[in-house]
Amino acid sequence: MGKQKLVMVGNGMAGVKTLEEVLKYAPDKYAITVFGAEPHGNYNRIMLSPVLAGEMSLPEIMLNDVDWYTDHHITLYTGRKVIEIDRIRRIVRADDGTEAEYDRLLLATGSTPFILPVPGADLPGVIGYRDIADTEAMIEVARTHRQAVVIGAGLLGLEAANGLVLRGMDVTVVHLADWIMERQLDKPAGDMLQASLEAKGLKFFLNAQTTELIAGEDGRVAALKLRDGTTLPTDLVVMAAGIRPNTELAELAHLHCNHGIVVNDTMQSVTDPRIYSIGECVRHRDVSYGLVAPLFEQAKVAANHLAGFGIGLYEGSVTSTKLKVTGIEVFSVGDFAGGEGFDEIILHDQAGGVYKKVVLKDNKVVGSVMVGDTTDGAWYLQLLREEKDVTEIRDHLMFGQSFAQSQQKDPHSLAASMPDTAEVCGCNGVCKGDIVRAIKEKGLTTVEDVKKHTKAAGSCGSCSGLVEQILVSTVGGTRAVTDKHSKPICGCTEHSHGTVRQAIRARKLLTIPDVLHELKWNTPNGCATCRPALNYYLISTWPHEAEDDAQSRFVNERSHANIQKDGTYSVVPRMWGGLTTPDELRAIANVAEKYDIPTVKVTGGQRIDLLGAKKADLPEIWSDLNKAGMVSGHAYGKSIRTVKTCVGAEHCRFGTQKSMDMGVKLEKMLFGMWSPHKVKLAVSGCPRNCAESGVKDVGVIGVDSGYEIHVAGNAGIKTEVAQFLCKVETEEEVKEYSGAFLQLYREEGYYLERTVHYVDRVGMEHIKQKVLENAESRKALYARLLYTLKDEPDPWAERVKQQDLRKQFIPLTLAD
Amino acid sequence: MSDTTAKLVWHHVCAVEDIPKLGARRLEETPHGPVAIFRNNEDEVFALLDRCPHKNGPLSAGIVHGRSVTCPLHNWRIQFEDGQAMEPDVGCTRHFAVKTEDGQVMIQL
Repeated sequence: MGKQKLVMVGNGMAGVKTLEEVLKYAPDKYAITVFGAEPHGNYNRIMLSPVLAGEMSLPEIMLNDVDWYTDHHITLYTGRKVIEIDRIRRIVRADDGTEAEYDRLLLATGSTPFILPVPGADLPGVIGYRDIADTEAMIEVARTHRQAVVIGAGLLGLEAANGLVLRGMDVTVVHLADWIMERQLDKPAGDMLQASLEAKGLKFFLNAQTTELIAGEDGRVAALKLRDGTTLPTDLVVMAAGIRPNTELAELAHLHCNHGIVVNDTMQSVTDPRIYSIGECVRHRDVSYGLVAPLFEQAKVAANHLAGFGIGLYEGSVTSTKLKVTGIEVFSVGDFAGGEGFDEIILHDQAGGVYKKVVLKDNKVVGSVMVGDTTDGAWYLQLLREEKDVTEIRDHLMFGQSFAQSQQKDPHSLAASMPDTAEVCGCNGVCKGDIVRAIKEKGLTTVEDVKKHTKAAGSCGSCSGLVEQILVSTVGGTRAVTDKHSKPICGCTEHSHGTVRQAIRARKLLTIPDVLHELKWNTPNGCATCRPALNYYLISTWPHEAEDDAQSRFVNERSHANIQKDGTYSVVPRMWGGLTTPDELRAIANVAEKYDIPTVKVTGGQRIDLLGAKKADLPEIWSDLNKAGMVSGHAYGKSIRTVKTCVGAEHCRFGTQKSMDMGVKLEKMLFGMWSPHKVKLAVSGCPRNCAESGVKDVGVIGVDSGYEIHVAGNAGIKTEVAQFLCKVETEEEVKEYSGAFLQLYREEGYYLERTVHYVDRVGMEHIKQKVLENAESRKALYARLLYTLKDEPDPWAERVKQQDLRKQFIPLTLAD
Repeated sequence: MSDTTAKLVWHHVCAVEDIPKLGARRLEETPHGPVAIFRNNEDEVFALLDRCPHKNGPLSAGIVHGRSVTCPLHNWRIQFEDGQAMEPDVGCTRHFAVKTEDGQVMIQL
């Protein structure tokens, strides 16, 4: 089947980002043609300001040079403007007559600077500030002329003015409003910023409306006249009074436009579904964006659909602004103006040049504006996005995240502001500086790369969110950081966890070689990352049918003991519900002595750990423990671990339910259960919750009329309180509901997702729907779990008895 | 402990079948320390010192893939051919000559 034709009109950042995403996910789907009006490949338009200021050079801001297009077999027509779209015959035509057919059309025509409709606007020396040509023109004028006026003191105007000042020009900024950057700043912030900029040599005229541009003798612009009569001599006029989406082409093609090409949540034109549009030329839910982050989000969604996945949705973005005028930091987000009905918290240090304002409504951050110190910008943005209730931290909200950190660990907003010496990865001792260095020196672009090269996020993984943020802030947010849904399992495949699980189910795959073959793995035997995942997916999807490959299990699960740093192992016999007997304790003590176990430790899971056992001794140790009636505690697996209990109604004067009893019943029910990651339960006899059910994967709390069930808690990596699922009346119901939830997690979870990550991903609503609202679904899930665990043997006893399973513990010697 | 001028001799270790496919057995008490004997999916046999160049982890307990193994302690990947760690890790563990004869594994020590 031949390739479909994708034509893109426009060659800017948002458009090319879309192409990059499409090539990543469907590299062979399209023959791609690009029409760009400018004579260059794709460059970072945002970096034009550092170029103007002399801080960067043009080659440095190229994102995709001409070779990139050739390498990806993209036909690139530069310097050609598309002037017509024939939607019936599906052809676009450029100004030089070049035509291209399309199956899908991507309009990324960007925006154009608004040129004031005043006399003299077309004189030489009057330019917009949009592209490389404008920038080069300004640099040229700065070489030979002195005076410049910038019309517009918005984001772009101030950057232009600053650049020209650094190039040696005498610059005046003329602005219509009362204060500068009035779209992002309130008056105090605007005034403070103006003072800082005036200190750098910029001059300002506010409440000033330009009425005429006057030519000099040489025909070039020589002066600018304001409404109040003031005349400013100038050699250069930069129009930075706003941008307008470039909809000329779309309008000619009768696509619905309204201050931009109107698109829906899948980035398709509402008029013609074959035509996608992203970027500054777009109008989405009545908003047009001019900042890169939302445009990249749009690009990813458009690419998702163009690649044929059809699941991306763009619902709009919450944006924040960070100004890049060298030396002066400015940040703005949301409803920063405040006023009636809002709470404002303000820190205003005139002499120190710091202004910070946080606007709250109903105890949530709804906006913020800062000048001089924007360290906490990312944090306020996060709080705003999360709609977090900040009542508890309100008192120190103004003093910043690092101050509030002790109360609220939120790694995601630390990235930009943390110092290079700050430790990011506690497991491997990697600090931010190491990561940033590796990213820059080796050109890393994904968390996987950072993991490989620095070991950060390579162990427990709890810092991977922060690593991701550091990556984005170091690389400048111009690269995609893929989300869990589409991320490949490992380097052996392009497939994500979801795709693989689905395929195993849909095609009834029963062995790992089947999966590697069917899904076209690019390695012959996979790797240490995918093999254990595949093994789990197979046995959990097709219990008692799929092959359980010991060689694809991590050593702990293969050997049914935890490997320690010196190659010895730990042995943890099961103590149901944390209960034991004198005989069991004696058996443990005897084993400890007989096999010279160096360390005997009580675990958090309410049992005893024998640490330092030699591998060759394991079968004998197990045999001795089996004789005392003890079986494997599965302390080593991505499996059920323990069901902790508190004393409960049996003895405790407060207990409302018999928690020890319930705990033992649950543990016996779940014995031998393999899961995407470890699973820990607890049963408390009353709401005092002494068994800490609030931070368990499934936590049961006895109440007067029955039991509360809470799920998806976590006491470790990402400490999260469990969410309330339901209340039930009987022990049997506790087993049914807990079992159903766990089975759902087993069937849908991605390998190495704890229940907290899983529920975060699918949402509590989904859980409730499958486990609470739909009784049939719940009973079926429960039945499938029980079926899976039917007659589950003690893995220790198996290995004691069966010679072939015992082999792995027996070392070879040369005398053999 | 080992005499570097001693002549290398072939020793019988075990049957190929004694080593699980995509797995390993550990050979103890050699003059050089413990040796991991690997068998890959193509029934090729390899031998490395059973100590990861990183922190001496038991490579014999790792997951085998292609012609390499992932150390169970900290996930270093070691190539069978020459005992070298795969990038970006740097390190090397000793490898030994190994062959199969009539389904029996022989090692040169």
